[in-house]
Amino acid sequence: MTIKVLSGDHAVAYAVKLCRADVIPAYPITPQTLIIEKISDFVNDGEMDATFMPADSEHSAMSMAIGAEATGVRTFTATASQGLALMHEMLYVAPQTRLPIVMANVNRSLGAGSGIWAEYNDSMPERESGWMQAYVEDSQEALDTIIQAYRICEDPRVMLPMMVCLDAFVLSHTVEKVLVPEQAEVDSFLPRFRPLNVLDPADPKFINIAVSPAHSMEMRYQLDHQMRQAAPMINLIDEEFGKHFGRRYGGMIERYRMSDAEHALITLGSATSTARVAVDQLRAQGRKVGLIKLRYMRPFPHQEIQEAVKGVKALGVFDRSIALNGFGPVFTEVRNSVYRQGMPVTNHIAGIGGRDLTIPTFVQMFDKIEQSANALERECYWHGLRGEM
Amino acid sequence: MSGKPMTIKSMPQDDQLISGHGACGGCGLSTAVNNVLRILGPNTVVYAPASCFLVFSAMYPTSALKVPFIYSAFENTGAVISGISAGFRKQGKDVTVVGIAGDGGTFDIGLQAVSGAAERNDDVIYVCVDNEAYMNTGTQRSGSTPFGAWTTTTPVGKKVQGKREHKKDMMSVITAQDVPYAATLSIAHPNDFVRKVEKAKAIEGFRFLHIMTPCTSGWKTEPSITYELARLAVETGMWTLYEVENGEKKITYRPKEMMPVENYLKLQGRFKHMSKADIEELQKWLCKRWNRHYNPNMVNGEGQEQKELAYAGEESEGL
Repeated sequence: MTIKVLSGDHAVAYAVKLCRADVIPAYPITPQTLIIEKISDFVNDGEMDATFMPADSEHSAMSMAIGAEATGVRTFTATASQGLALMHEMLYVAPQTRLPIVMANVNRSLGAGSGIWAEYNDSMPERESGWMQAYVEDSQEALDTIIQAYRICEDPRVMLPMMVCLDAFVLSHTVEKVLVPEQAEVDSFLPRFRPLNVLDPADPKFINIAVSPAHSMEMRYQLDHQMRQAAPMINLIDEEFGKHFGRRYGGMIERYRMSDAEHALITLGSATSTARVAVDQLRAQGRKVGLIKLRYMRPFPHQEIQEAVKGVKALGVFDRSIALNGFGPVFTEVRNSVYRQGMPVTNHIAGIGGRDLTIPTFVQMFDKIEQSANALERECYWHGLRGEM
Repeated sequence: MSGKPMTIKSMPQDDQLISGHGACGGCGLSTAVNNVLRILGPNTVVYAPASCFLVFSAMYPTSALKVPFIYSAFENTGAVISGISAGFRKQGKDVTVVGIAGDGGTFDIGLQAVSGAAERNDDVIYVCVDNEAYMNTGTQRSGSTPFGAWTTTTPVGKKVQGKREHKKDMMSVITAQDVPYAATLSIAHPNDFVRKVEKAKAIEGFRFLHIMTPCTSGWKTEPSITYELARLAVETGMWTLYEVENGEKKITYRPKEMMPVENYLKLQGRFKHMSKADIEELQKWLCKRWNRHYNPNMVNGEGQEQKELAYAGEESEGL
């Protein structure tokens, strides 16, 4: 193990190198570019035995990853925002054809009123594409989650692709201390890729062809089944990761000061670090607050959340994007999970378009959550809006 | 290559596209693909984008292809074959990787991906089977559709009749990128066809084979005249047989004299509405192209003089 000071993007690049990805097609986009620049350095310096493919677009990058993965090699690509949107069509191919591609997505706001700062409205719409989705809190978790991702994706019981999401700039371009494992440590955790289906002239198969209504429904059912089956594997592989590397993340979710918590907040991404400090401050005042870090949007940790919020009197859900139905996407999923448990659930939208998230923002969220335990005045709050809205 | 070039007599006869597929009777495309794959042989992987070829070859759980193949989308043939090739190379496997896309999937929606593959000089064969419109979706205009042709999106209306723009010169787009090998092929010139596929197979890097494939349903023609149409296309200058190898262009068949385009147009329902003026416009354009291909050293003139150099036929009276 080596201690390095790395940005989130560079932590991803180190992980991809350690995972011995074979073919890496990619197209540049801010704030992802540091990842593929670092990988290009590794390849051109001879430190990494991989083929880097300069794609002509993100659509082509994902198309190349699909083609390469279908020959039985390990692939990686990275994108953000508009790039992920351009890939949209191709995203749907990899899960159904069981190609366990791993991709980093640096979350950046998408669309008009455009900026290059953190927001989840690029990856959230893709949660129905069949890709697993992890959201990470810091550079260390970015590195570790990429390593876990290949194990999870390539497990014969899973065989699905995964996008590992990290926040623009707050993680992608901000450096911090990262423990970088040795190659041998990663090799002993991550075996060589054994593909399920490959293009092989000695054993001809077709991969992905027109399917009539007589068969397509079963294929979708299998995909959903596969996704549900991935959740226990994620928990298991995180445990095993802990045994190998001495640190783990709780699998699908992480609980923070939840054992006696009466008022809890669910967060994801780098905001979790700020929320932790808010929890500590409120705990010091004797307030019984706790935090649940959501690590995965797909598969969604229904069971884990139901378990974690037992005894909670009021629950809040942080969202860094809005589904334009009056709520954020994480809230919609969480309320679906806990509706039988009966506690009030409020949605807390903040940090949109990269707006700063501070400790007082999260203290304010806990105030509202505590208040909702007595009387639910509103279901959705926007925190940090300019002026009265 | 060693020894004599391959001919239709000496070419491999093992079908990789076997009978039972769903192509129309008289389909030029199925003949082209069948013969390309016979020559490329069993150690081949095929990418098929959305196209007639894709839908007539397979529907889960059956397939008429004996070689492995993959589909994913419409506009990405150049990209997927690049990825497949990179995957095999990384594993040290020697497999011929071929993408077979239509004119819409190459000239229009797939142009960026094919250009990317050509620029990177990826080790793939890109076959464009050109039936001059989006035939799989019911004959809509593409960048390949010739001037004057009826399609469902260039209908013969009261105000406008047929396509008003000329066919895109896709070969020039590709050869401008200095690829190792690019060639045009015709199913009516089988020995030339076979030789070019054999040559492409042996070359390393990006190779482009552009095949004109008459389409009985989209061109509104009798299935029995598919080969005759392919032959007349070359005789009238609607198609030209040549190859460009490392920047050197070589005409591989030169018609003795230019046949009036009307002889080709009158056999096809898609042109039957064409006015005298439109035929004249197409003929002029063809003369210019004919001279560019067959008389490249001539003074770069325009209009009438060009026409005289190329063509000694009668003036058109309309169809």
